[in-house]
Amino acid sequence: MEQLLIHTGPPVLSILIFLPLIAVIPLLFTANDNFARKWTLVVTSVAALYSLRLLSGFDRTTSAFQFCEKHTWIEALNINYVIGLDGISILLVLLTTLIMPFCVLASWTYISKRVRAFMVCLLVMESAMIGVFVALDFLLFYVFWEAMLIPMYLIIGIWGGPRKIYASIKFFLYTLAGSVLLLVAIIWLFVQNGYSFFIPDMMWQNYGFTSQLLVFLTFFLAFAIKVPMFPFHTWLPAAHVEAPTAGSVILASVLLKMGTYGFLRFALPITPDATVYLAPAILWLSIAGIIYGGFTALAQSDMKKLIAYSSVGHMGFVTLGIFVLNQEGVEGSILQMINHGVTTGALFLCVGMIYERTHSRELRSATGVGKYMPWFVTFLTFFSLSSFAFPGTNSFVGEFMILAGAFSFEVGQGKFPYLALAAIPGAVLAAAYMLRMLQKIIWGGTDNPDQSWIKDINKREIITLAPFLLFVFWIGLAPQGFLNLMHASVANLLSQFAAHSAQGVTTVGQLLP
Amino acid sequence: METSTVVSSPSLLLALLIPLIGSIGVMLNGKNENRREAISSIASVILLAIVCSLIPSVLAGKTLKLTMFQLLPGVSVTLRADAMSMIFALVASSLWTIAVYYSMGYMRTLHEHAQTRFNACFALAIFGAIGVAFSDNLFTMYLFYEIVSICTYPLVAHHQDEEGYSGARKYIVYLTTTAKALLLPALILIYVLTGTLDFPTNIKTGIFPADANHALVTLLYIFCLCGFAKNGIMPFHHWLPGAMVAPTPVSALLHAVAVVKVGVFCTTRTMLYVFGVDTMDALNLGIPTAYFVGFTIIMASVIALSKDNLKSRLAYSTVSQLSYIIMGVALLTPNGIEGGLIHIVNHAFSKITLFFCAGAIYVAAHKKFISELDGLGKTMPFTFAAFAIASLSMIGAPPVAGFITKWDLLVGSIQANQIGILLILITSTMLNAAYFAPITYRAFFGKRPATEPFTGIKEAPLSMLIPILIACTISVLIGIFPNFMLQFVKAVIG
Repeated sequence: MEQLLIHTGPPVLSILIFLPLIAVIPLLFTANDNFARKWTLVVTSVAALYSLRLLSGFDRTTSAFQFCEKHTWIEALNINYVIGLDGISILLVLLTTLIMPFCVLASWTYISKRVRAFMVCLLVMESAMIGVFVALDFLLFYVFWEAMLIPMYLIIGIWGGPRKIYASIKFFLYTLAGSVLLLVAIIWLFVQNGYSFFIPDMMWQNYGFTSQLLVFLTFFLAFAIKVPMFPFHTWLPAAHVEAPTAGSVILASVLLKMGTYGFLRFALPITPDATVYLAPAILWLSIAGIIYGGFTALAQSDMKKLIAYSSVGHMGFVTLGIFVLNQEGVEGSILQMINHGVTTGALFLCVGMIYERTHSRELRSATGVGKYMPWFVTFLTFFSLSSFAFPGTNSFVGEFMILAGAFSFEVGQGKFPYLALAAIPGAVLAAAYMLRMLQKIIWGGTDNPDQSWIKDINKREIITLAPFLLFVFWIGLAPQGFLNLMHASVANLLSQFAAHSAQGVTTVGQLLP
Repeated sequence: METSTVVSSPSLLLALLIPLIGSIGVMLNGKNENRREAISSIASVILLAIVCSLIPSVLAGKTLKLTMFQLLPGVSVTLRADAMSMIFALVASSLWTIAVYYSMGYMRTLHEHAQTRFNACFALAIFGAIGVAFSDNLFTMYLFYEIVSICTYPLVAHHQDEEGYSGARKYIVYLTTTAKALLLPALILIYVLTGTLDFPTNIKTGIFPADANHALVTLLYIFCLCGFAKNGIMPFHHWLPGAMVAPTPVSALLHAVAVVKVGVFCTTRTMLYVFGVDTMDALNLGIPTAYFVGFTIIMASVIALSKDNLKSRLAYSTVSQLSYIIMGVALLTPNGIEGGLIHIVNHAFSKITLFFCAGAIYVAAHKKFISELDGLGKTMPFTFAAFAIASLSMIGAPPVAGFITKWDLLVGSIQANQIGILLILITSTMLNAAYFAPITYRAFFGKRPATEPFTGIKEAPLSMLIPILIACTISVLIGIFPNFMLQFVKAVIG
């Protein structure tokens, strides 16, 4: 059973969750947009710096949940406020807190209408996102999970592009459709576990196979939509394209990770038999996503759509790594979640900067700016290289580990590595679409529009992008510090998984009583 | 070599960083062209000095190493200097010093645009090449291999016209596709099978355990052979003639030396240090490879015969000559390997001379086609004399460098009992003569067309002529005194 290490001292996680929420109050009583910007920047920066405390206090040798807090919430229903953090979630929490100040910076001039309301949405978003990653009570998780929907819906629906209503409703309906059934599963688990929503108690319970299968399918629907896995991805390009820059960054960097986090946190420990049974199908679905995302990205003329489809491909790698169910694969996946957050977030910021200048997301109107925006294209080059897993950058390490996991998954069983080799065209396509975009933006062709009026990025924009670049190379060249955080938890997850799943099951018949 | 001592050496990092710093210096001094080019040339001289300073330790049997970043267990960015790295590092760094002066003359005389970008990318390409030379494992090699691909794109697309863009597109598509589709899975699968990507210190053992699945190892070998597409093996060679749209100094240094040699260096390094002579022997990979690249040797020569554009002919000649290197190593006999590795040096000096001459002809006379060269030798005697000598090296005639290669390869093929390979080598020598000799003949003995007198055409400027003569002289010197470079090759073979 997973143990909880109750945190003594200041409740770090609660502070991180509620600080942004409380910081909303002053925004309600001001009419000053500039104050709203600065205030939100300060609050998110303070939260980001404060979250670094997690690193110094985190025990890398245990797989137990740390920084735990437990309070009774609704006694009658046995709903508790239990939060905690382990090696799987710590990096995701840090990613969330660290990325928020840059979302504020990216909205500094981009958002000019209803600034205060926008900042309120960002702050509420931050609370909910951190809550999702640290909740250890399933109902609490569900509350945070659903709470994210509303500010995101507003961010897209109010500050979005021309088709914002369509995009925001699509986003809302897709996500809601996924999570409605999730609630049914949660309640079933609640009943099964002696009327408790406590997540660690639900894990490794050896439920019957049919129940596991049903629960897994509801998990799958909720999380696969969020990831998004092919073919549940169609809400993503629409939402990305219409969302303002900060919205796209939050979506890409944090929201998508909740699906894959869900698989690791819930699907594997709660329904191990069903996971083994359905893993081959999910693996091939991941491959489909990798290839489909790659080809579709290659065909885009809209920069945001291009990056959105590239996300489908990249997240395909993440699910691939999770469901090969070995140490390299899973650690690579968690790292790749962070990498995708860093790189894709940065790419959306870059596209936002172009958009602020040309007021177009079309690749055509951004061709040949390289000559006039040397700083901008330097950043863009490194982020693009990172996006297609150039060696020495963060994504290379993640992709390397995931593919190493996939290769050993098959070679270890004495099989020919069809699966891993099938993912390789995705890597080729990633290089193709990123280099195509890069070539067009930097060089263009012989008939570029006149770009001589365009101004290079300013100091604020450089400050926004520079930290992302730091992480691109930091993770790319010295990933051990990041991997050390997750070793214990991933090792425990997999050893428990091996002990509780009927490995090698190939037909339903073998599992049914 | 097995007994070699491993010494940690910070000079390796310095050698790697000098071209990088040079490149940044060039970018920051773009406005002042004299200062900009002074930085390039000073960097090139310092680099050469550092590389030369490593010679004594390497010849004493030491392996210099420097670990920079440890990514995963068995995967690191580590630099190493051993005999094999020195072969390539010496070639790349010494030719950079010459090429800097040459390109100064070329670019300024033609008033080319974007010279800052050109010089910066040039230095970055050398940074990549030095990184490849000094890499201690497959990952480091792959990293710098990719850096070379990316940094040379702007050089190929330099003219920014339709032709430049399409050549550059072909260039990057071929190189990144093969690297991603073949090298990346090979790299990961080798890691999965062996748990490491580090090169051993001898060429015999390789890194595969004896019980590794033979079919998988063979597949990995094919992936590596074709994945390093910079080695110009057919059918992955199309990028090379396409890249000839670049300014001639680029073609000279990068497509006769740095880029293509990065390809063959990586290929041979992988053959000898990842698979190892024993594994290659046991799985019978050597001789089929020799025949496979033999096809490239003959085909490329035949295509070269049909080209009237001087640079195209040189490009196909390069494709053909690169395969000599791989063929030699694939023979797996001492002389074969010796001939292959020494050809990295011989071909570099001779081919850069030929490209330099082609550039000089273009700058002085604006001629691109062989059919326009009739009688030009009298006006440009030094250029064409150098061209003639360097083409003798390509053909393999004594006393120029290429002879050493031919000799070793012929002996190697006899050692391996491969009459077929012997025939390929002889045929290709005749083909080489057939496409190089007419150029010299036309230049010196061809009749100048009456309609087009060469009025006002002089020799190329001295800043170009001197590098040509230096490169040509070295080609002859390493033919007469081959032992200086051969001692490194012999140290590799052990």
